[in-house]
Amino acid sequence: MFGRLNEDALPFYSEIAMAGAAVTVGGGLFVVAVVLWTGSLIYLWRNWLTSVDHKRIGIMYVVVALVMLLRGFVDALMMRAQQAMAMNSGGYLPPEHFDQIFSSHGTIMILFMAMPFLTGLINFVMPLQIGARDVAFPRLNLISLYLTAAGAGLVLVSLVIGKFSTAGWTGYPPFSETEFSPGVGVDYWIWALIVSGVGTTLTGINFITTIVKRRAPGMTWMRLPLFAWTALCASILIVFAFPALTVAGAMLALDRSAGFHFFTNDGGGNAMHFANILWMWGHPEVYILILPAFGVFSEIVATFSSKRLFAYNSLVFATVVIALLAFTTWLHHFFTMGAGASVNTAFGITTMIIAVPTGVKVFDWLMTMYRGRIRYQTPMLWTVAFLVTFTIGGMSGVLLAVPAVDYTLHNTTFLVAHFHNMVIPGALFGFFAGYVYWFPKAFGFRLDERWGRRAFWFWVTGFYLAFMPLYALGLMGMVRRLQHYDNPDWQPYLIVAAIGAVSVLCGLICMAIQLWVSIRDRERLADTTGDPWNARTLEWYSSSPPPVWNFASLPKIEGSDAFWRLKERGEAYREDENVGTISLPANSNDGIVYGALAFVFGFCMVWHIYWLALLCLGAIMTHLIVSSFRDPTAEVIPADEVARHEHDWKTAARAGSRYDGDPLCDYRTVLRKVPAQ
Amino acid sequence: MSEVDAKTLEESEERAYGFWLFLMSDAILFSLLFATYAIMVTATDNGPDRTEIFGYWRTAANTALLLSSSLTMGLASIAICETRKSASFQWIFVTMILALAFLVLEIQEFAGLIAQGAGPDRSGFLSAYFTLVGTHGAHVIVGLIWMAVLCLHLALRPIGPEIQSITERLTMFWHLVGIVWIGIYSLVYLPGLYQ
Amino acid sequence: MSDVKRHKREVRNYLVGFGLAVLLTIIPFAITAAGGLSRTWFDLAILLAAVVQVLVHLRYFLHIDLRHTPRENLLALGFTGVLMVLMIGGTLWIMGNLTARMMGT
Repeated sequence: MFGRLNEDALPFYSEIAMAGAAVTVGGGLFVVAVVLWTGSLIYLWRNWLTSVDHKRIGIMYVVVALVMLLRGFVDALMMRAQQAMAMNSGGYLPPEHFDQIFSSHGTIMILFMAMPFLTGLINFVMPLQIGARDVAFPRLNLISLYLTAAGAGLVLVSLVIGKFSTAGWTGYPPFSETEFSPGVGVDYWIWALIVSGVGTTLTGINFITTIVKRRAPGMTWMRLPLFAWTALCASILIVFAFPALTVAGAMLALDRSAGFHFFTNDGGGNAMHFANILWMWGHPEVYILILPAFGVFSEIVATFSSKRLFAYNSLVFATVVIALLAFTTWLHHFFTMGAGASVNTAFGITTMIIAVPTGVKVFDWLMTMYRGRIRYQTPMLWTVAFLVTFTIGGMSGVLLAVPAVDYTLHNTTFLVAHFHNMVIPGALFGFFAGYVYWFPKAFGFRLDERWGRRAFWFWVTGFYLAFMPLYALGLMGMVRRLQHYDNPDWQPYLIVAAIGAVSVLCGLICMAIQLWVSIRDRERLADTTGDPWNARTLEWYSSSPPPVWNFASLPKIEGSDAFWRLKERGEAYREDENVGTISLPANSNDGIVYGALAFVFGFCMVWHIYWLALLCLGAIMTHLIVSSFRDPTAEVIPADEVARHEHDWKTAARAGSRYDGDPLCDYRTVLRKVPAQ
Repeated sequence: MSEVDAKTLEESEERAYGFWLFLMSDAILFSLLFATYAIMVTATDNGPDRTEIFGYWRTAANTALLLSSSLTMGLASIAICETRKSASFQWIFVTMILALAFLVLEIQEFAGLIAQGAGPDRSGFLSAYFTLVGTHGAHVIVGLIWMAVLCLHLALRPIGPEIQSITERLTMFWHLVGIVWIGIYSLVYLPGLYQ
Repeated sequence: MSDVKRHKREVRNYLVGFGLAVLLTIIPFAITAAGGLSRTWFDLAILLAAVVQVLVHLRYFLHIDLRHTPRENLLALGFTGVLMVLMIGGTLWIMGNLTARMMGT
């Protein structure tokens, strides 16, 4: 009846596991209690949980990401504490628990923190940037959100019911096969990945279709803002790389539950093939994380240098080239698996080649800053920290691209340091920068600058303290994922790394305080113009927060930096005469229905409750069929409401605009004014 | 063209394009299954290998059924495009019969293999074979259900842009299923049957 | 163009595609039944027939046409083709190399 599920699944076997479960359950109950106590359930349901507005969906994605960031960071803190303590002792975490923690840390940070964060940013910004009213498939967008949330929910539930995988975030067989991991942990990992992977694939399709089909009139490809370009390329990577994750996960699931022999030790299985397929997804995945952040940095560096982006064309070209080359380097994740010199060399070379377009980008950003009037506000601080830190990480990557070097460094903490040095500045700093940069657009007030700076310095200091020692430790021969060790030379470095983690914790606390202070002082920080940073792209050509319909009439684009052009010509805040009624898709419960069904389905597959899993699939299909008969409902917004909103915003914007008409802001003029030496 | 018509046309173009992207994603999924089959074809673990388990005439019959169904599906889509209802019903019905016959043959084949101890849990080779061909079969089932839903739509409402948009995507889907089968008989069955 | 004419052209399109597909199916099945070719030539012949038939399906059933199909559809298709070559080719190369080195066969 209930498959493998019984009362042993509850975490009464260890105090730490019980504490984790208590925090998870308590946190969930606390949120529910607050919602009920403030009586905001109906408000939330109507305005957020069932909204198909891309901006709200984007914000909800970011909320999911921030919650999962906390969870993933607690894991990190626990690991650093364990390794700082566990010299010649067992530390405080038993091996089995330590293994669960590093597995869930990686899985969460990549799939349930970084992915929702970038999806949220793209969702919020991209349709505004290309002058569209919404994404191409708004209802599908909501469904994708809930599928991602269902996957995240599965990972969280594994804390309370059963255990999580101990096989690392990559779940390599044969260890992840039933023979060595008989519990439910690996199954949680597989089904969380597959359920959220479906949602991510649908999101990718949605974004590509939006950018291809819904650009405003005149928004030609070479006028597309760079963030939209990176969103497009990341989405292409999603659509073409995620099938590999689905295949790898499904095959492992078949091995585990149905006795297949894809990756088993016996029966002709081939464990190495898992690594082969997984990294066909895994390597493009790195670029799925990093490209949107590159887009964020491109927007920020242009805005805060008060200049047009340097060599826009080469940035676009580099982005596209990265998207293609991302599919040619996957073997460098398993150089040591024993392939011959010719295979390893070929993939070593492609790995080095992909560093070239990335290098082009770094130079373009630097050249954008050159002779700009740079304003060092928090988004720009994150960007500068990224430029420096990411370059260091890139260098260590080029080192690792040499197979011979990789043989000595593979599976050491050098590798751990390298990829954190790529994805923390390359992705996370970008998401934080985007969070600060677009926060006023989303909520109508800026985030407090002082607390933002504090968070920034704690984070950057913490990052260097936490990961630079790991480079050294890797060179000293420390293997990654060690639960304890007996080499006294290592401990000082590990203590420094733990201090770094504490510094990052301070950074996170500062960010929480920043949010609280900013909400408290929202009057002082209010943005009435819709353009708080004197920016250049179209998302700022709307009130903050933008109305549901985004633009009263779709703007006509005549060049890159469309909004800047409008400001230059003094047309940005001219009253729009021909405003009509606007029809938008109505709210939908489908997201919650599919999300809940997918969650129960995943849970049942984990615990082998197959009858209920089948029932869920049947319900999903029935719902799909029934809803194909429903005519899409639309919400019509009357013309005078649109006109009133337009008028109010433009009046306030004319009064408060920060655009000073200084021609220095245009780089063509800057070049003309270069003083003679 | 009125504004409403233009919007409907735009929307169905967007759906067709989105679905095209989905099919491309699906094609990648199948190529990975093909790649897996290719490297596991020798991993028989002393069990049956590919020369022992396939039937020539069954493969030929399956191929004939699926190829004909591609044609009849196409004729159905033309009929729906031209809003000829009875012809639409006829061609979809024929397509469904062909697809059903295909499924019956395939299920028979799978059941026979499992009965003679050559199930997917026997060896890596059989795991790869069952997964590749079974995933294709699952697509056939989805197509069948989709055709049934389309029939229901046809029965309940007049042929309009909505039904035409559904048909367009179903046709694309069905042709992909046909194309994957070309890969399956060419790379799985015939090389196994060739002595 | 009148409706009747268009109807005729579309049906003819499908019938031509079907005819070609039948031919391209019979060839590999006949080669298999006849035997006599070396393994390499057999593989090549089958592969060639399959690739041509896929192209026939794309052209006559999915109406892909280098001039009339929107560029974004062609790009997606082309990219898929490139990735298939990369992923299948890469897998065969990598795993084949590993097998050769690990098991000496």
